[in-house]
Amino acid sequence: MEIGSKKSKRGPRIFKVSGPVVVVENLDGRMYDVVLVGENQLMGEIIGIDGDLSIVQVYEDTEMLKPHDPVKNTGHPLSVELGPGLLTSIYDGIQRPLPKIAEGGPFMRRGISIPALSRDKKWKFVPTKNVGDIVNGGDAIGYVDETKNFRHLILVPPKISGKITKIEGGAFTVTETVCVLDDGNELQLMQRWPVKKRRPVKNKKWPDKILITGQRILDTLFPLAKGGTAAIPGPFGSGKTITQQQLAKWADAKIIVYIGCGERGNEMTDVLVEFPELVDPKTGSPLMERTVLIANTSNMPVAAREASSYTGITIAEYFRDMGYDVALMADSTSRWAEAMREISSRLEELPGEEGYPAYLASRLADFYERSGRAETLMGKEGSVTIIGAVSPQGGDFSEPVTQNTLRVTKTFWALDAKLANRRHFPSINWLKSYSLYQNNLSPSLEKEFLGWEDNRKKIMNILTKENELTEIVQLVGSDALPEDQQLTLEIARMIREYFLQQDAFHPVDTYCPLEKQHLIIKAILFFADNAYKALEMKKKLQDIMSLQSKTMLARAKFEKDYVKYLGKVVEQMETDFNSITGDEELEGI
Amino acid sequence: MREYKTINKITGPLLFVEKTKPVGYKEFVVINLPNGETKRGQVLETSKDHVIVQVFENTQGIDKNTYVHFSGEIIQMPVSGAMFGRVLSGIGKPLDGGRDIIPEDKRNIQGEVINPYSRKTPDEFIQTGISTIDGMNTLVRGQKLPLFSGSGLPHNDIALQIARQATVRGEEESFAVVFCAIGITQEEAKQFMNEFEKTGALERGVIFLNLASDPSIERIITPRMALTTAEFLAFEYGYHVLTIMTDMTNYCEALLEIGAAREEVPGRRGYPGYLYTDLATLYERAGIIKGKKGSVTQLPILTMPGDDKTHPVPDLTGYITEGQIFVSRNLHRKNIYPPIDVLPSLSRLMNSGIGHKKTREDHKSLSDQLYSAYAEGLDLRGLATIVGKDALTRRDQRLLSFADSFENTFVQQGKEENRPIETTLDIGWDLLSKLPENDLTRISSEILKKYYGRGEPAISRS
Repeated sequence: MEIGSKKSKRGPRIFKVSGPVVVVENLDGRMYDVVLVGENQLMGEIIGIDGDLSIVQVYEDTEMLKPHDPVKNTGHPLSVELGPGLLTSIYDGIQRPLPKIAEGGPFMRRGISIPALSRDKKWKFVPTKNVGDIVNGGDAIGYVDETKNFRHLILVPPKISGKITKIEGGAFTVTETVCVLDDGNELQLMQRWPVKKRRPVKNKKWPDKILITGQRILDTLFPLAKGGTAAIPGPFGSGKTITQQQLAKWADAKIIVYIGCGERGNEMTDVLVEFPELVDPKTGSPLMERTVLIANTSNMPVAAREASSYTGITIAEYFRDMGYDVALMADSTSRWAEAMREISSRLEELPGEEGYPAYLASRLADFYERSGRAETLMGKEGSVTIIGAVSPQGGDFSEPVTQNTLRVTKTFWALDAKLANRRHFPSINWLKSYSLYQNNLSPSLEKEFLGWEDNRKKIMNILTKENELTEIVQLVGSDALPEDQQLTLEIARMIREYFLQQDAFHPVDTYCPLEKQHLIIKAILFFADNAYKALEMKKKLQDIMSLQSKTMLARAKFEKDYVKYLGKVVEQMETDFNSITGDEELEGI
Repeated sequence: MREYKTINKITGPLLFVEKTKPVGYKEFVVINLPNGETKRGQVLETSKDHVIVQVFENTQGIDKNTYVHFSGEIIQMPVSGAMFGRVLSGIGKPLDGGRDIIPEDKRNIQGEVINPYSRKTPDEFIQTGISTIDGMNTLVRGQKLPLFSGSGLPHNDIALQIARQATVRGEEESFAVVFCAIGITQEEAKQFMNEFEKTGALERGVIFLNLASDPSIERIITPRMALTTAEFLAFEYGYHVLTIMTDMTNYCEALLEIGAAREEVPGRRGYPGYLYTDLATLYERAGIIKGKKGSVTQLPILTMPGDDKTHPVPDLTGYITEGQIFVSRNLHRKNIYPPIDVLPSLSRLMNSGIGHKKTREDHKSLSDQLYSAYAEGLDLRGLATIVGKDALTRRDQRLLSFADSFENTFVQQGKEENRPIETTLDIGWDLLSKLPENDLTRISSEILKKYYGRGEPAISRS
């Protein structure tokens, strides 16, 4: 290799350039080795070898690359840097820090190489192990308090073990050695890990803790477990990004990794502006302090877009290995799949369905399988939850990306353009969505909130019933229905408007604690029970529907002091129903 | 001399040139025909064996005796602050009889990717004077908001009305229009040109014209030239540039043509698999940069083949742009102008541009309520045709008549009518005030107290 590259004729040279795909001759590399292409040393990755020719996908614009340009093999696979300084960072698809790049001008130049973690910043390292202790891969040797609320454990990289011969506390940069093992291995605050290789765990466990999102329709009707997977497919304009951002803001995970994969630049800016200003309800610190952002907008090179998902999941796994709950949002996995398709087509591979490569399904499965609740190598419990947005072409859920995603995810939040059109947000269709974690999560929820499961079923029954009735109404008109069925439609409307609809832009309504969700549902059902009773007593539907307590209930979601407010609402209901039904006994709440 | 006479194959707009010295990917190419004509092109693929050149103009007359000259540079265009008033062809040649642009600078027409970190969130309300846009799908500076239309619909009128009326209130600022015609007809181009001349927009505009009769491959270049100009005027001279691009469907057809000529594996409906990425490199050039004065706002127009919004062109556009304005055939048939169907329309940046201090505090809740009431009203319209109006409840009947008056007073307005945002909102309140207060669940009680029942009479206005 060394000798070869000195003789200019025999060294690795570009043979062909076609979009992001570059063919190189005389490159003695392994699959997925990172190579530096051309005079500007653009980063690329070997994705195929054919005789003397190596096929390389380049992570940057290949404009003006030409045959005969030099190529250099780094001999390493694409890796990320893991260590203190990750939080609050904003990276592109191959972990280059965007704020640092911005110091050189507002546009992305080519061939920039800036380390992901600052090499100057000193962190205060506190050892928790002593000389003579035996440590194994995944064990913590100490910690750095990265933010006020986050203790960044310094882990021994997997597969390394030994007896500590030297360890010291104090202020270090990420590349300075803090610990030496008896086999000569030196440990720093930072470690590297190849992105396409999953980080090992002891074993994976069945997820049975709810990931609280503060979004009523999700937590109550289609809950997601910590360590679970969810897919959010929806046509454009149905609110995928808003839903993802709401989850990134409010999900009760310790760490959030947000991947903007092939999406809009202005939307990423929105996140960048908003997150530092928003406050985490649990810690009181800016939400940004628990977030790592990866922004690869739609006009950035596709190969880097393909890499961004792997970069994100590897960072998520690293935090999981410390024993934390991590939630990863990928917006949108369809763009990732399209990047694969684009590169596959440049390679002239035989296409599968709709031009996507035949390995689409296995790549998607591979990605989602890196989620899970796990016992980490050091015996702690951590989790990675993956929430992937899908942008089906033409809003057609039967397309390959949606279908292959549904096969490997256990929660399905179906976004519905019809709901979005009438500004019903979040526009998640309650009849099509499902969560397979329901049964695992119910027992603990039931323990905390008596009647949770029953109430959920009742709500779903009313909504299903509404759907059947609507079909009849479309034929005969709602006036032709018997009054009790008309009441069911009214109750369903209350559920939709007072409970399912949630305003992401309202300061109170944007996050709804579980207890509040439970109380609103209880109040709606209490109203329903009494309404049916009143109807049986031949009271007029119209009178029931114009009760003051109903209007009060509508505003409950906007109330901060919800316990007090809903208490008043229920009192008012009792008074209201008493006044129309006389003094007959009402069922207590 | 990097000139070769080694064309080996010509297929569609593509030339295969052999035995060249190393040629750069995307390099600019000049083709000299034996009869003295010159054509221009760009390298699409380069290798040791051969180079594929995409010719922008017609390939008529090119033969194996043609010389292909590789420039050693990527395509650049001359830009200048004195480009106002100029009419240029789809590849930047003067069409107005004037001289070539005296370059102040030369810019790569591919543009550069704006670092997301360096972008500024667009949040300045642009008043277009059209109620359906201002009131319910607000446009803000730096946004890309396309018109989704169909053939035979008045999308050009709407675009012109926006170009004419668009203002940021309280600011008399440097405002410019870059108009980019991609494969439109002579008549359409005439309509635009006449209008620009009449309103004086030409003086603060730059026009790029690729007409239906021009070579389709040119269309790949035209929007890039227009956007390079727009960026230059915005980020070097501080202009707020509104870029109108019509018709994006023609642009995509040109991409399809090249893909087919290269025998690429097609994606959906024959369009190349990279259509999304390619469109993104155009649309993402809208925006505002921190620390720079100007902005690029895009108003692309596309016609949906068969009015089908799931067609790849509108579909992929919708995934990249920040919303869309739907022009509806149904409303057009009812003689409603502008026939904008608000239900499928959306402006994703609306919330950052409206509200207290920007438009009015009640803007968002009013818009939400109009949406939900109109949507319900339309459902009932379908129902009423089956069961008859009388079978509806009183509430339903109210919503039904709301939907009618919404179309006739809020949507409907004159081509010259420039409604201030207050008027738009007041018309909305006037409509909502015909519904009982209890039905307006989208609006908080404070806002209701202040505005309900106080809207100005809307009917007198039309």
